[in-house]
Amino acid sequence: MTSLNRFPFASSAAELLVALRKGDITSEDLVTAALAQIQTYDRHVGAFLSIRGEKALDEAREIDRRRTQGDKLGPLAGLPVAVKDNLCTQGEPTTCASRMLANFIPPYDATVVARLKAADAIIIGKTNLDEFAMGGSTETSAFQKTRNPWDLERIPGGSSGGAAACVAARMVPLSVGSDTGGSIRQPAALCGVTGLKPTYGRVSRFGLVAFASSLDQIGPLAQTVEDCALLLEVLAGHDSRDATSINRPVPPYRELLLQQPEKVRIGYVPEMLSDGISPDVVRTMEEAIDVFRSLGAAIQEVSLPHARYAVATYYIIACSEASSNLARYDGVHYGYRTDEKAMLAELAEERRRLQQEGNLAALEDLDTALVRLYRKTRAEGFGAEVKRRIMLGTYALSAGYYDAYYLKALKVRRLIRQDYDRAFETVDMILGPVTPGPAFRIGEKINDPLAMYLFDLFTVSANLAGIPALAFPAGLSAEGLPIGLQLQGPPLSEERLLQVGHMFQRVTDWHRRRPPLIENNGPLS
Amino acid sequence: MTLTRQEIEKVALLARLILTPEEVEEMTGQLGRVLEYMALLNEVKTEGVEPLAHAVEFANVFRDDQVEKSLDREVALANAPHRDEECYLVPAVLGDV
Repeated sequence: MTSLNRFPFASSAAELLVALRKGDITSEDLVTAALAQIQTYDRHVGAFLSIRGEKALDEAREIDRRRTQGDKLGPLAGLPVAVKDNLCTQGEPTTCASRMLANFIPPYDATVVARLKAADAIIIGKTNLDEFAMGGSTETSAFQKTRNPWDLERIPGGSSGGAAACVAARMVPLSVGSDTGGSIRQPAALCGVTGLKPTYGRVSRFGLVAFASSLDQIGPLAQTVEDCALLLEVLAGHDSRDATSINRPVPPYRELLLQQPEKVRIGYVPEMLSDGISPDVVRTMEEAIDVFRSLGAAIQEVSLPHARYAVATYYIIACSEASSNLARYDGVHYGYRTDEKAMLAELAEERRRLQQEGNLAALEDLDTALVRLYRKTRAEGFGAEVKRRIMLGTYALSAGYYDAYYLKALKVRRLIRQDYDRAFETVDMILGPVTPGPAFRIGEKINDPLAMYLFDLFTVSANLAGIPALAFPAGLSAEGLPIGLQLQGPPLSEERLLQVGHMFQRVTDWHRRRPPLIENNGPLS
Repeated sequence: MTLTRQEIEKVALLARLILTPEEVEEMTGQLGRVLEYMALLNEVKTEGVEPLAHAVEFANVFRDDQVEKSLDREVALANAPHRDEECYLVPAVLGDV
């Protein structure tokens, strides 16, 4: 309890589980500490969209009661976990940080949420994100900005900005996010925490509100690699309700961390450390290479010749899939709907005006009431970035452009995948940057979509290729902001990535660094 | 790649969106610049390359053809913005005036 008083979650989830089992702390202590930390810091950080307060406390007391009774408990019993607000929670709001779903109450749990509950984890609340997970700064949330706990003037990254910020601010030990083009790894890197995007299909997507279905994947964020292993073990596994879910046994990831991998071959791509990359990131890479070499890894250069096409390929595919997936928001089945009376009156007025003008062509083209219902609902329910992506995707899929954009992108996607397949013939994994620089300032890129998209250049390839990638803290910039690196491996190589990441964290302490705000435990103005 | 206002308006209709004149203005510039960047893909030779739609190339995934329990009607309708006892309600589609 001593450490809990000053910094809740100075300890990792793995350490807390031991303390819980020994009876040194109770789940009620942990949930109380989490809620207190949220109370103190979240009005500044803004990581949570909803907090389960009393419900979480009740669940914690129930776990404590079952523990004293000697019941068999799940692997995460009594640990507070945060869940990104694009994962459905039965009977409790799931907003996707969009006006469109502001009042949506899912009728079922996402498979990962059901698995967390079955593991006896305590869901503390739902975390903020870019609207429908579209963005890299959490600035496109319709409800609030999330700030980077390391510097409140900076973005936490995105789209899982809330998921990463709440771990960085030591509000929870474990957090669940989703990664379509870097949405777990990029905020993890910018907030100084560890995050894993698993192999496509490793974790069921059932109940994850769809953005780009061939790219979306759910994964863990935590302080340490070991905690990510612990959480992945609960999240992963086959699910008949997700037809793309992989039917292979889930390895005991955490137990396997104890095994030293035999001689590891780590590749890196020298071209990735050239122009436009912050010197802090280059230095962090060089230092990490030295660390891995000192751990006995063989380091060698590899080439990913199509990597420079990844951003263009990604945005064509992701927006195309998004435009199709988001067609479901029609104001009819669930979610926001425009004021129907006002809409019908407006339409009648337009018709009258056109009739008076004798404008027969425009009259012919006038929306039907149903089409206008869709259009007004969507115009009012979606924010600017979501509209931009729907527009881009609709354009790329429209007659006359399909071959030039969408089909072309799918072909380049295969070339990107083949680059990886070839590289993994000579190395076990590839070490590289997560972002070209540390967290940027709030507002810096929000009006320049292309600049925002280009910040994703190192993360989108793993989603296009469907491979796993582990992001971990590896340094600080000259200004004291976290820098993360990632290890990417072949499909289903999670256990190896985790082993090697764990090796790194045993000899470094970047993952133990806390934001000055939290470290100083200072009162805020 | 330059986009015209008419093209933006046409895509907005296909996407079932309505854009304000300011949004049309903004999107014409922003999307034009993004599409210009995407033209980078033209330098990649892709003759004979099979498109990759999914990273894990599954064949069909079937389950047994057995009736399973699905959501009760009341639960399915619970989030509907406008409904009656058993249906979603929409503006009149036929005889639209």
